[in-house]
Amino acid sequence: MIRVQNLTKMFTDRKAVDGISFSIEEGEIVGFLGPNGAGKTTTLRILTCFMPATSGHASVAGHDVFSDSMSVRRVVGYLPESTPLDMNLRVREYLTFRGKIRGLDRAQRESAIRRVTELCWLGDFIDRPIHQLSKGMKQRVGLGDALLHDPKVLILDEPTIGLDPTQIRETRNLIHLLAKKHTVLLSSHILPEVEATCERTIIIAGGKIVASGTPNELKERIRGGSRLIAEVSGPNAEVKDALKGVSGVDKVETSADDGWQRVTIETKRGTDPREDIFKIVKQKGWSLRELRLEVGSLEEFFVQIVAQQMAEQRAARQEARS
Amino acid sequence: MTRNVTALTQRELMTSFYSPVAYIVAAIFLMATGYLFMNSTLIEGNEATIRPLLDSMSWVLIFAIPLLTMRVLSDEFASGTIEALMTAPVTDVEVVLGKFLGVLAFYLTLLVTTLVHVFLLLRYGGSDLPAILYGYVGMILLGCLYVSVGVFASALTKHQLVAALIGMGVLCLFSLVVDSFASWKGGLWRSVLSYVNITHHFQDFSKGILDTKAIVFFVSGTAFFLFLAVKMLESRRWR
Repeated sequence: MIRVQNLTKMFTDRKAVDGISFSIEEGEIVGFLGPNGAGKTTTLRILTCFMPATSGHASVAGHDVFSDSMSVRRVVGYLPESTPLDMNLRVREYLTFRGKIRGLDRAQRESAIRRVTELCWLGDFIDRPIHQLSKGMKQRVGLGDALLHDPKVLILDEPTIGLDPTQIRETRNLIHLLAKKHTVLLSSHILPEVEATCERTIIIAGGKIVASGTPNELKERIRGGSRLIAEVSGPNAEVKDALKGVSGVDKVETSADDGWQRVTIETKRGTDPREDIFKIVKQKGWSLRELRLEVGSLEEFFVQIVAQQMAEQRAARQEARS
Repeated sequence: MTRNVTALTQRELMTSFYSPVAYIVAAIFLMATGYLFMNSTLIEGNEATIRPLLDSMSWVLIFAIPLLTMRVLSDEFASGTIEALMTAPVTDVEVVLGKFLGVLAFYLTLLVTTLVHVFLLLRYGGSDLPAILYGYVGMILLGCLYVSVGVFASALTKHQLVAALIGMGVLCLFSLVVDSFASWKGGLWRSVLSYVNITHHFQDFSKGILDTKAIVFFVSGTAFFLFLAVKMLESRRWR
């Protein structure tokens, strides 16, 4: 549904998007994740035909964003980052205007406005001037506008930014509901956001794609560094030595806690020595009250890759300078 | 095409009527023309013709129209609504035409209210109806040109005040400054500079003459500035 090949966008002084490629199939719900200034908004603006790319290709629903921009605009519903709305108009007037320029006739417009009013809970303020609305209400109006023409593809730039926790949850539920009928691409710089809503995540930093996959696949990639936590009753040094002898154990650290030894075990990649640990504890006649595997969170992974990317860029810049 | 332009025009007109700026400009315009009308035509012994009213209106509009048009694109750039607009299936030409027609419609409403002066003239003075009619045709054409200059100025910047000042500057240039330039220079320069003089062409209408040359001048001038506005809007994409 969305194809992006080698997309690059240069601004006068910097490369905002640096040769990214990805594709999104029909019905997928994909999160575009990255720190502020990573190139998310620029990519979405190219996909929605707001600005042209410097080089590379992008197409939405088979239409090229550059040469067939009007066809792309017809099938895309877009919620820009800051939700710009016509402040002077009332919600209904605004949606009517948006419906007209989307080519809906009077009957279609009326039913479309009824549909999005229900979907985005606009009923309470549909006849109020937009400048009186709160941030959350405006966000819902923007979303309603993006859905007005029942687009095949929905592109949402930071859809939950500035909302309160209840509204965030409502918006997430709404996006889930929409994902059944539409292909959704949403951007965020908040990881749990993407983890909660999306089937697939594309992580972008410094204008490049640094990782992509389902949340579980991404987690899998950091399993290498996973840890075991155990609590054993027994003499400190002996416990440490015994556990070090178990195959698959890399490093052991202990700390005493009320007669129990709290043990943190770093395991070698691809091994799970939990069973052996249990056996040795049993064999020594100690007690065991906790044994669990701690998988690194996606959050840690995200911070890690982004930091790495930043460091590489800094190094490249320094090299260029010297 | 037509449907999109109509929708954009309606929104523009709606925004004008919701905006206090438009009402304030309209009030000042009517106050100024009313005052000038009283002091030139409504005085005993003065000629009871439409001409002084038309001429004074054409001067006041140099400042009034850029204040009406300054918002149209500058505000879209400043508030970011341009992003919602330009990602909907509308072309740059439709956007510029919609803005132009929207402000023009507001201007025409304003022009209708000045008919009160015409009523006074007809009631108490002579009644040279064709002269009045041609004069108002001239006012409509003049309005088209001024509004197109204003829309172009608004396409240049996201600052409304800057847009208004540029609009006034361009209109002053083509109404006043070219006149004195033309008197310094000779030959080809002189004929070019006097051809682009707005006042010169407008005076045909205010004298009660319907001249095709003047009509062509206003129509082509309007088209030229609207074309520039479209080009400016397109160029924003490449920056």
